[in-house]
Amino acid sequence: MPFVADPTETAIRELLVDVLGVAPATVAAMTDDTPLFGALPELDSMAVAGLLTEMEDRLDIMIDDDDVDGDLFESFGSLVAFAKAKVAG
Amino acid sequence: MTSRPVWQSYSVNGHDEGVMRLGIGHARQILIVPPLFDEANRTRRMLVQTMRFLDQACVGSLLIDLPGCNESRQGLQQQSLDNWRHAVRECAGQCAATHIVSLRGGSLVDDGEADLPHWRLAPAKGASLLKTMIRTRIAGDKEAGKATTEAELLEAAKASPIELAGNLLAPDMVAQLAAAEARELPVLTVRALGQGIIGSPLWLRAEPQDDPAMSAAIATDFAAWSASCGG
Repeated sequence: MPFVADPTETAIRELLVDVLGVAPATVAAMTDDTPLFGALPELDSMAVAGLLTEMEDRLDIMIDDDDVDGDLFESFGSLVAFAKAKVAG
Repeated sequence: MTSRPVWQSYSVNGHDEGVMRLGIGHARQILIVPPLFDEANRTRRMLVQTMRFLDQACVGSLLIDLPGCNESRQGLQQQSLDNWRHAVRECAGQCAATHIVSLRGGSLVDDGEADLPHWRLAPAKGASLLKTMIRTRIAGDKEAGKATTEAELLEAAKASPIELAGNLLAPDMVAQLAAAEARELPVLTVRALGQGIIGSPLWLRAEPQDDPAMSAAIATDFAAWSASCGG
């Protein structure tokens, strides 16, 4: 069976390139275990504000900021899992 | 050969505000309404480069300074989206603009001169701009050891100006942002990034950056578009 990229995961990869300006090759190489917050210099608490709003606009979801804690940006996998759960409603 | 930039002023509500012009002698004069707040700083260099490319294509352009921004003598806390829409209309009339283009939040205030042809890139909702500023304020407060909620900020913003991400915003500005969406216009072209315009959404980045290829793509699109719809 051919590998088909999950659309939400693809959207998150594009988001990291567009909002944080991380090199596309770096983002393409990310796996679920790739650490984000603390490991990616572009991702600071101010960048998170823009990232969340853009994520809402692109995925057509609403993010309650009470849902957002340090774990969300711990790894690429945790961010994608959060986004998928929101998209699924 | 590129013309020299010319700084002029336009008058709005008895105050002079700035407008930077390139290619004043050309028949077409495109008024550029930049993104709002921080996004304006992140895109200014790219937009001015776009103006240089336009000048080379014999299309004149003007980059408006909105009241309360850049070198304006007015305070940002005295502004609202309605004020800015009025300023864009005044600038378009006084500088004899033939077309109006806007980016992101600029699309919320570009519609005062509705009969001119309009072009928008990645128009933003006011609520999204406001939400990002509120999140930035909350994150900043949190780092300073202070817990602030969105509801508290919006309640405070009903009575007096509040500071969000370095911007002092009046109650009218906050209320208008919360509800604002770009309006439909008779002659309107809307582009998303990636639709003919290849480049990076510089307005989302933390630092001002440049993208000459994107400036060139936008200028090429403006030149063809403005030739196709009068002026």
